[in-house]
Amino acid sequence: MEALAALLRRDMRLAVRVGGGALMGVLFFLIVVVMVPFALGPDLALLSRTGPAILWLGALLASLLALDRLFAADHEDGSLDLILMGRAPLELAVAAKALAHWLTTGLPLVIAAPLLGLFLNLAPAAIGAVALTLLVGTPALTCIGLIGAALAVALRRGGLLVPVLVLPLTVPVLIFGVAASNAAVTGPVPFGTPFTVLVALTLASVVLGPFAAAAALRHGLD
Amino acid sequence: MRLSELANPSRFNALAERVLPWLVVATALAFALGLYQALFVAPDDYQQGATVKIMFIHVPSAWLGMLGWGLMSIAALGTLVWRHPLADVAMKAAAPIGAAFTLICLVTGSLWGRPTWGTYWVWDARLTSVLILFLMYLGVIALWRTVEDPSRAARAAAVLTLVSAVNLPIIKFSVDWWNTLHQPASVLRLSGSTIYPTILMPLLIMAVAFTLLFVTLHLSAMRNEILRRRVRTLRLMRAAAANA
Repeated sequence: MEALAALLRRDMRLAVRVGGGALMGVLFFLIVVVMVPFALGPDLALLSRTGPAILWLGALLASLLALDRLFAADHEDGSLDLILMGRAPLELAVAAKALAHWLTTGLPLVIAAPLLGLFLNLAPAAIGAVALTLLVGTPALTCIGLIGAALAVALRRGGLLVPVLVLPLTVPVLIFGVAASNAAVTGPVPFGTPFTVLVALTLASVVLGPFAAAAALRHGLD
Repeated sequence: MRLSELANPSRFNALAERVLPWLVVATALAFALGLYQALFVAPDDYQQGATVKIMFIHVPSAWLGMLGWGLMSIAALGTLVWRHPLADVAMKAAAPIGAAFTLICLVTGSLWGRPTWGTYWVWDARLTSVLILFLMYLGVIALWRTVEDPSRAARAAAVLTLVSAVNLPIIKFSVDWWNTLHQPASVLRLSGSTIYPTILMPLLIMAVAFTLLFVTLHLSAMRNEILRRRVRTLRLMRAAAANA
């Protein structure tokens, strides 16, 4: 238990101090959300209708790009082997790393989302819904991304492999996250219906992601 | 010949070489019968006319696209749990074949949708989940090609295959769980099939033909993969000997 807490603290300290951490993810999120109105045009009605989708896509892409910070650095300097050989179960160690990753990458995205919602002319109900669904959905994105990062850990030129592997698995989270955000603003579907499914997806991925990632690490690093 | 006896690649190759000619003949015969039944015996649909006959290619390819991933999942279990030596060969060989059948399903479905639904594509649950299946096939093929050592690639691909297998029940039940433009299940239902026998029989014959085609292609692909790995090992040995 202490080993897990130490791992969590170490990962968070590394994420905050080493460059390319939390702020880089938020910066990418900001840039993506700024780019979309350049492409779509300044029509505020269109932006407010597609706003939740744009915010969700930006958060998804920002989470994807931050994934290589999960295991690559530890693999390079050998600490991943130490974690594998340690007494703590690998699944829990991986879950601790995922928690640290979410706290330093996912949570800043959630905090930045309301501000970016103003750029997209979102109604207050929509901003609240997007922030809440991102709060619930970003752990799912982290845990699903965990699997892709673990599969590609030993690759030097992984390139776009991790996004190609992870994106199909995150499609349900994206669909229900945007559906819940839209349901809070319009439509006959109540917010609770897609939101409950989103919560279920997060709970399932928080349990299954570390197991699959640990299996991938164990099998991929002999 | 038990599964454990087939673990020897040379014995597997020998068996495959003996069986393949028969499989090729059986596939050709099944296709001849199935195509004859589909094109000349099955009646036109009262609404769609002859367009309905795209179904005889579209539905079996859909079934085989999903069967391919199911076969890969069982092979993945064989790799990770039972460490069967040829399980990863089976998994690697099935991926491009399954991807091809899924692509045939998507393309024929799109061509069928244009005259009947009025659109080449719609983002309903069935089409979207089959498209995701196709992307997953491409992803696992990419993973195989990116990791160089075959046995490490095998284990990584096995984990990815098992995680992505969650898509299979989603595809099967998508027409029940969601309101889709794609028609609901009419063959594999708990309360029996709802297709009239004159169309159901050609469909089942075509399904058998497609399955035989899959098995034929899969066995030859497995044989090729075993030979390819032998060539790779020989090349590595020769490079090591040249360096020594």
